[in-house]
Amino acid sequence: MNINVSNPVASSSVNLRDLVSPRGVRFWLVEDYAVPLVALEFAFRGGASQDPAGKAGALTMLAGLLDEGAGDLDDQAFQQALDEKAIELSFHAERDHVSGRMKTLSRHLDRAGELVRLAVNAPRFDAAPTTRVREQLLAQIRHEANEPGAVAGRAWRARVFPGHPYSLPTNGTAESLAAVARADLPKLAKRLVTRAALAIAVVGAIDEKRAAKLIDDVFADLPKKDGRLAPQPAPFVGLGGIEVVDLDVPQTTIRFGRPAPGRDDDDHMACVVLAHVLGGGTGLTSRLFREVREKRGLAYSASAAVAAFEQTSFLHGGTTTKNERAYESLEVIRNEIVDLARGGVTEDELEKGKRYLVGSYPLRFDTSTKIAGQLVNIQLEGHGPGWLTERNARISAVTMEDAKRAGERMFGDGSLSVVMVGRPAKG
Amino acid sequence: MPRSHAKPSLDLAESAAARAPTGVVVDFRLDNGLTVVVIPDRRAPVVTHMVWYRNGSADDPQGKSGIAHFLEHLMFKGTKAHPQGEFSKRIAEIGGQENAFTGNDYTAYFQRVAKEHLAELMEFEADRMTGLTLTDEVVTPERDVVLEERRMHCDADPGAQLNEAMQATLFTHHPYGTPIIGWAHEIEGLGREDALAYYARFYTPENAILIVAGDVDPAETRILAERYYGPLRPRGDAPKRNRPKEPAPVARRLVVVNDEKVEQPSWQRCYLAPSYRTAAPGESDALEVLAHLIGGGQTALLYRKLVLDEKKALAAGAYYMGSALDDTRFFLYAVPATGVELPDLDAEVDRALAGLLVDGVDAAELERAKTRLVAEAIYAQDSQFALARWYGASLATGQTIRDVQEWPQRIEAVRAEDVIAAARQWLDRRRAVTGYLLPTEQPTAA
Repeated sequence: MNINVSNPVASSSVNLRDLVSPRGVRFWLVEDYAVPLVALEFAFRGGASQDPAGKAGALTMLAGLLDEGAGDLDDQAFQQALDEKAIELSFHAERDHVSGRMKTLSRHLDRAGELVRLAVNAPRFDAAPTTRVREQLLAQIRHEANEPGAVAGRAWRARVFPGHPYSLPTNGTAESLAAVARADLPKLAKRLVTRAALAIAVVGAIDEKRAAKLIDDVFADLPKKDGRLAPQPAPFVGLGGIEVVDLDVPQTTIRFGRPAPGRDDDDHMACVVLAHVLGGGTGLTSRLFREVREKRGLAYSASAAVAAFEQTSFLHGGTTTKNERAYESLEVIRNEIVDLARGGVTEDELEKGKRYLVGSYPLRFDTSTKIAGQLVNIQLEGHGPGWLTERNARISAVTMEDAKRAGERMFGDGSLSVVMVGRPAKG
Repeated sequence: MPRSHAKPSLDLAESAAARAPTGVVVDFRLDNGLTVVVIPDRRAPVVTHMVWYRNGSADDPQGKSGIAHFLEHLMFKGTKAHPQGEFSKRIAEIGGQENAFTGNDYTAYFQRVAKEHLAELMEFEADRMTGLTLTDEVVTPERDVVLEERRMHCDADPGAQLNEAMQATLFTHHPYGTPIIGWAHEIEGLGREDALAYYARFYTPENAILIVAGDVDPAETRILAERYYGPLRPRGDAPKRNRPKEPAPVARRLVVVNDEKVEQPSWQRCYLAPSYRTAAPGESDALEVLAHLIGGGQTALLYRKLVLDEKKALAAGAYYMGSALDDTRFFLYAVPATGVELPDLDAEVDRALAGLLVDGVDAAELERAKTRLVAEAIYAQDSQFALARWYGASLATGQTIRDVQEWPQRIEAVRAEDVIAAARQWLDRRRAVTGYLLPTEQPTAA
């Protein structure tokens, strides 16, 4: 697929183009004819953090209904039209954007383009599918009600971002979904499904002309006005405590985190490398893997990473360990973080961490769908096409001094915001 | 629609392709019996390297359930030539990915790296086919890790407990009824000696399949395979997999898990059905099409009848697990709408299936299902990993390269009457276990 992501050992010619359609819609294109398919990925900035107050889950409902009837086609007719040509189309509301994903055999590209155009421009939000999708989301919420990982995630977000949309589940709650009226959905679509908030990538057996036409057909008629509300800042609170949520299970699920420098911060990349040393990669080499799993057999997995959203960035991680040894696991994790806060990483750790992050980057680009997804993410993060090489250059440039400075900022005094779900027993 | 949450999570062998993205699939055997498959995909300078062993949980010795999976964990503990951690550290250093997985019928190890590291991976992987060293110091904590893995995936999840109970009930005699990870009380008893005995029996070149997919030349790959895997001493024939055969079932069975953590009930059914290896010609392909027609999404029979028309369910679907060495499973699942009791839903599913036998298969629907399945074969070509995994799983469960490559044509050849015949013969409730996942029973008020 000829993406040059500046792997020092493996790279090939650049074939990514940053283009503008005749009607003025920007999109990124990678032409590749090895497999006769086309993948289109796009995103509207906004997402669940634009859910109206008291109506968490509204954007998830909206996304779930875009492929449930559009134009002259009702829900069943629309799904059949996709099926007849084996076209895959789906929409999902994420925290800060709503994503759309389409895959088609190249011979059915015209029909696929028509159906995506309808879904994006003329969703029907009919009563029956609206009721059904709401019920399906409610079932999902009930399904996860006592699932330890889901409970821990909800409790942790509520603890660190109280009052902010980030504290709420993207699927909403039973109460908030009930508050979403069908009439809200077209209004939200008009406000948030706009040209102003778009990021697009096309990958596969398609040339520039055909791609430009596809993009114009699907997106050029969308409203130009950006209807997003100004985002609220999301300060991270609740450092230093442990919240225990009682659940009758043999294991305790632990989630921990603390704030980290964000995407626009000069220390962000150094933080990504540090988090990798702590608990990243395929898991088999990180400090947490070694200390929690390999040496002590405390858990099947233990990991950490930096998460970056529009309005916040944080270090987070977790593990799942039997109730009797839950506090021991937490102690082991704390010790590693305190050790990193005080002593920093070794030169060897930094070097190997950087090499892993740089070397594994091309593996994110190994299918058409994944390439399209990566290219949209890069745009959502505010980067240009140059990021494909710059990303690794920035990682490679992290020095011991950078790591020390960033480590002091991210690990600070080592205090964490912790949620434990289960019946952790003090030994 | 929102993604369904009720699908049984199994090790799905993806439907796949007749050709590689660039060039043709090449296969050969080394003198020591190792099977080698090369799948050229020269789109990006990366390579996927996998070794599959033709032994899985169904080959665990009596009383030693979980040993195949436990050994999979222990394979990361180092060899004489490369002590613990060296292989993983090296992969991390070159930006590679690695992992392993255990199924009913196979155990597999894989790495994904930039192509120039292929020879090095082969050296490491060939070395651990025979050179594993184990001490109690590494075996004991790893057994605790596996017990934690079991607690996490099974003991804390009533849905997983239902699935285990259904499999244990469906297979009264055949080892597919035993969980891949093993039963906790037997895992607790596994030790170093068990692991080494198992390793000596199954980790041999004759029993292994090497898959190399990616930016490689088949002839050069053969030279590398001969250099690194060729010197491994053959041990005679590969171990024979003579498992007890499941008797013909006669009793419809119902298993119920009640748990206070359940807030959303769900319904499942699992039929004993022939696999690609045990089926008569064409039968598996018909079952594949049948699964798609009744449960392959929002336009399929169960979704239409149960979710859209009757409004008894919020989700419904089907899945046929065709890649298996022995007789296998055909699954149905549904999530009841609020207020619908599971026996009511159960009857509704049977009504829908009975209706299919009466009404037959609509020609346009059959065409749609086949189009979708065949397209999946093309979509699979886009993923080097999925393609490699699909060839590996097929070969490890007794299929041939040709079987894999002819799959789209065989799907195209399925006729409406084949689908109905398959439904009539195999979707028989006497061959099935039905499972209910429910909240704790409330005592009836006096």
